[in-house]
Amino acid sequence: MGVRIGAGLGFYGDAWAPVAATLARGEVQYIGSDHLSELTLAILQKDRMKDPGAGYTRDLVPMMTALWPAARQHGVKFLLNAGGLNPQGAAAVLAAEFAKRGWQAKVAVVTGDGVLDRLDELQAAGDSLAHMDTGADIASVRERMLFANAYLGAQPLVEALRQGADIVLTGRVADAALFMAPLIHEFDWAWDDWQKLAQALTVGHLLECSGQGSGGNFNAYGEHGWQSIPDYPHLGYPIAEVSADGTAVITKAPGTGGRVDFDTLRQQLLYEVHNPHRYFSPDVVLDMGTLRLTDLGNDRVEVKGASGLPRTDSLKIVGGYADGWAGSATIGYCWPQAYQKARATERIVRQLLAERKLDYEEIHSEFIGLDSLLGPLADTSRADELNEVYLRMLVRTPDKRLAEAFPRQIPWLGLSGPPTASGFSGIEPARALLGLWPTLARRELIESQVQVTVTNT
Amino acid sequence: MRLVDIAHARSGDKGDRADIGLFARNAADYAIIRRTVTAERVAAHFRGIAAGPVEIWPLDNLWAIKIVLNGALQGNAARSLRSDNLGKCLAAALLRMEIETT
Repeated sequence: MGVRIGAGLGFYGDAWAPVAATLARGEVQYIGSDHLSELTLAILQKDRMKDPGAGYTRDLVPMMTALWPAARQHGVKFLLNAGGLNPQGAAAVLAAEFAKRGWQAKVAVVTGDGVLDRLDELQAAGDSLAHMDTGADIASVRERMLFANAYLGAQPLVEALRQGADIVLTGRVADAALFMAPLIHEFDWAWDDWQKLAQALTVGHLLECSGQGSGGNFNAYGEHGWQSIPDYPHLGYPIAEVSADGTAVITKAPGTGGRVDFDTLRQQLLYEVHNPHRYFSPDVVLDMGTLRLTDLGNDRVEVKGASGLPRTDSLKIVGGYADGWAGSATIGYCWPQAYQKARATERIVRQLLAERKLDYEEIHSEFIGLDSLLGPLADTSRADELNEVYLRMLVRTPDKRLAEAFPRQIPWLGLSGPPTASGFSGIEPARALLGLWPTLARRELIESQVQVTVTNT
Repeated sequence: MRLVDIAHARSGDKGDRADIGLFARNAADYAIIRRTVTAERVAAHFRGIAAGPVEIWPLDNLWAIKIVLNGALQGNAARSLRSDNLGKCLAAALLRMEIETT
């Protein structure tokens, strides 16, 4: 008998209506829901600075409130990394909500990924915590570090399922671990069965970005391109049907939109992968070079042939540190000479900043409608004919007050600058910028602190 | 001819690294891509975006190549000042690249 797992959310803010469709018609036993990204931890850290009880993704409670009755009815278990920087806080608010409704569930919380207060201890134990890519010394950012979390593997999640958890709440775990754990648990795969773990990792990677695995964000053009994807409003999230030998079929719930085929699936397979022959996870290293994706038709693609290499002795940690402030403002201009007028305003602002000795590390300009998304790769040959264009300017500075001062340089140009200024964004608040610090630590130093706590709501 | 005529692509982010999966529709187009989409060509195409070296990882089993643009995201998405802070449009920007088919 195979195991069927459905994709939950693919990011903090994603929609759960497609998950409801999976619960109703997808015949799944598990949902893995990925709420975190490098950027999300930065957002959660900002929440936590305002309120120490926060730090989890706030979509957890409304999502589980909406989905739990159907999940219960169909006997579906959930694994979610919605705990973010505060899995226990997340579990507490979820338990309170369930108690209020008289719902019962066994909730497991996985902790131990947060290592901010253990950095000195890890260094003392011999891990340099140097930047993984640049080799830089962590001392340069140590004082400004706001969070630091290790990517845990599937082991504590499997342990939670063994203890009978209905809902497994984690902080930072490898995204794919949310999907690997049910497979390892159900099939009782060994922790050194690298081929099967590699298949599990492949499945997890294909499901961890929700609709991107079933025709969403399908960046293809022409006959079978994005315009041929059926029924975007009801796009179904991917579902994996996995056999005991690791062979998987990726599909989606009947009656949903989107498309699962060779093309939509391979776009997701390589998404955010660096060396495809060494795709690292805490539990196994995947070589995608031997994978075979076979289109079976009817939104079914068979995935087999993943090669697995033994896991490494270290776990990845990503830290985030305060890295200055951004100030920003946006102002629009219409035809005629929309772009010329926006360019003139940009030059005026730059000149005033220099004259007023407002000293910024970086001044960034974009013209929305012309080059704000493509930057230097935009084709600007027809810029003079634009109906309208917005100038967006941003500055970077270590000084919050300087960032706040920036948008105040703009409004007066509405009456005293180039004509037709309109659509000013207002005095936007300064935005905190975060640097990221990816590094490695010895596995045992992290895993020895990992705890799984199971409670009944 | 441009890459968009024979291939599709998706981009993502990891720290300061943008990555693009580029996918040919058939073996013949994959051969063209393998020949024309070199690290040098891609680096020239992304001048002004990618500060670091470009890596190319071919995957014959998928008619695909993985392209990694190092130093392409102003540090990372939470530090970038760009509207496209995640580099989501870099795959589309690659598809605009002119290629020689003969």
